[in-house]
Amino acid sequence: MALASQKDFFSGLMFTAVGGSFALGATEYTVGEGARMGPGYFPLMLGILLAILGTIITAQSFIKGHPGGDKVGAFAWRPLFFILAANLAFGALLVGLPSIGFPAMGLIVAIYALVFIASMAQPGCKLKSTFILATILAAGSYGAFVKLLSLQFPVWPAFLTN
Amino acid sequence: MELFDNLALGFGVAFTFQNLIYAFVGCLLGTLIGVLPGIGPLATIAMLLPATYGLPPVAALIMLAGIYYGAQYGGSTTAILVNLPGEASSVVTVIDGYQMARKGRAGPALAAAGLGSFFAGCVGTLILAAFAPPLTEVALEFGPAEYFSLMIVGLIGAVVLASGSLIKALAMILLGLLLGLVGTDVNSGVARYSFDIPELTDGISFLAIAMGVFGYGEIISNLSRPEEHREVFTGKVEGIMPTKEDFKNMVPAVLRGTALGSALGILPGGGALLSAFTAYTLEKKTKLKPGEVPFGQGNIRGVAAPEAANNAGSQTSFIPLLTLGIPPNAVMALMVGAMTIHNIQPGPQVMTSNPELFWGLIASMWIGNLMLVVLNLPLIGIWIKLLTVPYRWLFPAIVLFCAIGVYSTNNNSFDIWMVAIFGFIGYLFIKLGCEPAPLLLGLILGPMMEEYLRRAMLISRGDWSVFVTRPLSASLLAVAAVLLVVVLLPSIKKKREEAFVED
Repeated sequence: MALASQKDFFSGLMFTAVGGSFALGATEYTVGEGARMGPGYFPLMLGILLAILGTIITAQSFIKGHPGGDKVGAFAWRPLFFILAANLAFGALLVGLPSIGFPAMGLIVAIYALVFIASMAQPGCKLKSTFILATILAAGSYGAFVKLLSLQFPVWPAFLTN
Repeated sequence: MELFDNLALGFGVAFTFQNLIYAFVGCLLGTLIGVLPGIGPLATIAMLLPATYGLPPVAALIMLAGIYYGAQYGGSTTAILVNLPGEASSVVTVIDGYQMARKGRAGPALAAAGLGSFFAGCVGTLILAAFAPPLTEVALEFGPAEYFSLMIVGLIGAVVLASGSLIKALAMILLGLLLGLVGTDVNSGVARYSFDIPELTDGISFLAIAMGVFGYGEIISNLSRPEEHREVFTGKVEGIMPTKEDFKNMVPAVLRGTALGSALGILPGGGALLSAFTAYTLEKKTKLKPGEVPFGQGNIRGVAAPEAANNAGSQTSFIPLLTLGIPPNAVMALMVGAMTIHNIQPGPQVMTSNPELFWGLIASMWIGNLMLVVLNLPLIGIWIKLLTVPYRWLFPAIVLFCAIGVYSTNNNSFDIWMVAIFGFIGYLFIKLGCEPAPLLLGLILGPMMEEYLRRAMLISRGDWSVFVTRPLSASLLAVAAVLLVVVLLPSIKKKREEAFVED
């Protein structure tokens, strides 16, 4: 059977799976009854409702949709990977990862890393302009967030400040 | 008159040097980021929210309101000059605004948007000031059953009036409600869905979700499209003032837009977007005067009316937030989050327990609107320059601000990991055609709804009929049911789909 809307088909599956898992998880907690609701009551209700809606969306996706099948299309793995990696690198460098003994490198190093990794999300980035951008952003963030707003950041690498 | 006493108190608070500066900085920052294409008020507020943490509550809210207007106004500037809506509510401004710019009339178009918005903002502020106290009185009569029903109306209204698939929007709300329940249950102390991660017992930070879904998700999706050739009208903006003829056409359009926007803004799910759409549709239905430019080819009414409407709407959408404590749309949901961070529980008690905050905020809205006109018309050259900055310079900066913002909320790297997860989820939503705004609304309302449901059921001893036997609650639920039935009627369903597809 041909899908009328691939997007709806998969989003329906997603809602059903998430709703189902929330409902299943809710049974781990005390559900209770109407007058004395336990912590599981409301999430169980919502989870079941979401799973039902998801099933309806999936079922409808065979009939209703846009001409052309409403395809989900290819994932943009390149920006997806580099944007999220930039973010993760920023977090890891800023405060370190104590669990594996990775030292905190502070805000400035983290900003350079973030800008360089994020820039790779777009093909054809130039090293020099990326470096300039990172420097501007590092200086600007230092001025605005650390000096002006006095937010608490580890600014420099831990081995320099100790 | 009580109204004037209240406003006087408000202006007394807002007109301190410090608060004026914060309103100014808010408008400036909001416009600065709002001008950037692809970043709407939601992402702007989420990004700039951490900048207000260090401020006293009144100043923080004043600044946030400024950011909101600024972002919205910046969006219109982008719409007119680049043919790209900076945010959803300026989608209709693009149509005639850009055509005006192509004909060398970008100046009058921007002035129409600015002056129209200012007028609408003034009216919206007055309506807010006049309607807030009586509505608060009503709200104080509300019991838990009424609050629960009211939230149902709010959530249903939000999906009915929004664009896109109704059932998917409903599912997104449910998903938001469920995500909102993650964390420690206040009644039993049980940590729900926390997987033994200590950070999750406090719940998922709404900021991490907002930034991930609206910030990162959008960026990834923008980057996956090849960079389009954009025609930016730089240097061509001369002669800001509209002609006499323009004014003649503009004034009735602004009046209509303001009236529509003010009314629609109060509705749940209303606010800026719906107001702008409806106002444009209304203008298109009115008869053209002989010699007037047709719509879609640069009619000034097509700019003035939706801009006035969206500003009036964004003004009056503060009414349900400030009087009932219920956010009518996703931007207001973020405002609730901001208020909670400053230990203010939005609701009817704010006006009595914290009158300075309440009236100061309202007064500063008017000041913010004034500042926008003063700021934008002369500074338009700077905004245009900003529009010529290529995207490859912008997006690393946006990623950085999101990361810094989310870290500084709790000074905890855990939230940075959460943003990454929600960035992925946000991109998934875009790919699957799921509009994410209802999710945010559900996220904020989730815990509140559960609490009111529990209390209502506790009082009624487990009798579900309490929601239909109490007249106020019953009528609210009836409104929700009517809303749902009406949109599901085939004829209206078709119209609704057309309204959001066309234009």
